[in-house]
Amino acid sequence: MHVSVDQDRCCSSGQCVLAVPTVFDQDEEEGVVRLLDADPSPELDEKLRTAAALCPAGAISLTEVAR
Amino acid sequence: MTSLHEPPHETAELFTFPQPRATGCPFDPPPAQRRPATRMALWDGAPCWMVTDYQDVRTVLSDRRFSADARIEGFPFFAPGRRAFIRDEPAFIRLDDPEHQRLRRMMTGDFLVKRVDQLRPRIQRIVDDALDAMIAKGAPADLVADFAFPIPSLVICELLGVPYEDHEFFQRQSRLVLDATAGAEQVKAAMDDFNAYMTELAASKKGEEDGIVARLASREDLTPGEVASNALLLLLAGHETTANMTSLSTLVLLRHPEQLAKLRAEPELVKGAVEELLRYLTIVHTGLPRVAVEDVELPGGAVVRAGEGVFAMIAAANRDEEMFGAGEELDITRDARRHLAFGFGVHQCLGQPLARVELQIALATLVRRLPGLRLAVPFEQVRFRTESLIYGLHELPLAW
Repeated sequence: MHVSVDQDRCCSSGQCVLAVPTVFDQDEEEGVVRLLDADPSPELDEKLRTAAALCPAGAISLTEVAR
Repeated sequence: MTSLHEPPHETAELFTFPQPRATGCPFDPPPAQRRPATRMALWDGAPCWMVTDYQDVRTVLSDRRFSADARIEGFPFFAPGRRAFIRDEPAFIRLDDPEHQRLRRMMTGDFLVKRVDQLRPRIQRIVDDALDAMIAKGAPADLVADFAFPIPSLVICELLGVPYEDHEFFQRQSRLVLDATAGAEQVKAAMDDFNAYMTELAASKKGEEDGIVARLASREDLTPGEVASNALLLLLAGHETTANMTSLSTLVLLRHPEQLAKLRAEPELVKGAVEELLRYLTIVHTGLPRVAVEDVELPGGAVVRAGEGVFAMIAAANRDEEMFGAGEELDITRDARRHLAFGFGVHQCLGQPLARVELQIALATLVRRLPGLRLAVPFEQVRFRTESLIYGLHELPLAW
């Protein structure tokens, strides 16, 4: 799964950090989402789907990658 | 299904508050909310929608064609006092982007997941101190006054830089401001006092660096009115919500001894338990108001027209059977993370990481340290805060 984030949409709820802390982090000042890993291992796919569904601002996009 | 050609407000059923809950079911949303999107009339005759389905509620809260700005014509106020809450310079909760985002981002730094995690030892100390004091006083104790309120009040006061000594004043003001049965004049007077208090505090902290109030007051791009209304919102939201969640959660666990036993046996379940309790209780039980700025067809088929007010009933949505199988049941082991107790969309609760940590520590500590915890009065005598915008308990007499 390829992950991308839209920092402008982010409302700093922190849901993504709670769901997948190895992939998402928050900027120190305003809490805006920071992507730590745009192409995480496939074992995280389910957690990434949860993170995307939990994001209240729709700031996380997932793209299936052919393997 | 609502036809686009139907006249907008033929349904004159009244949406009165508080909506009565079913007898003997104080934890369940009112039966009036068990219905699809419905057009209703508010106390003043103003038409509005009540939306209860999970996907409909999510849409109303996250689609930018619905506005949170109370100054827009058609915004629904479901009690006379609600209008008084809106100041000339509204807090970020009643603004849309980009103004909402500009203000909100000034306050997010203290509520980051990692920053809040660093507060765990301090919160644990506050929780232990409150519990020590309660135990020292002896049973029966009132969990609301002795435990549930002091914890979030102390934490938010420290974060904001508000003197905790004033907590009786601002808890009284909060109660008045959130009382949906209070008259407009009463709420306005309470808001004016509250606002004057915060304006004065902010002015005295200008130029200082410690605490959110000082940092907001020292910004040149904010007016004193903006500083006061936003700081006030954090103070109000920061203690009323967590306090009522703590006391209600305790009561619910005592009423579900098998769930309580599970939590006692496996303390690591507490994170999931808190999510489930948030879903099950949804203390913002009066719903979240929005106004449509364009015509929108909801996933359930109802068409909300531009200028129409909507109440998104998050308590009903959180019991949605399709989303949460056996939604009426409390199950602390289920994955309840998709609940809407903190709202949804860009307005989703700013303080949710803090609320989670406070609830996790408060409940885990209470359960661990007081194995004999029990109600000290018959359940029927427990008084629920039905009149408040934030559901909760007036007192919770406990023994152990």
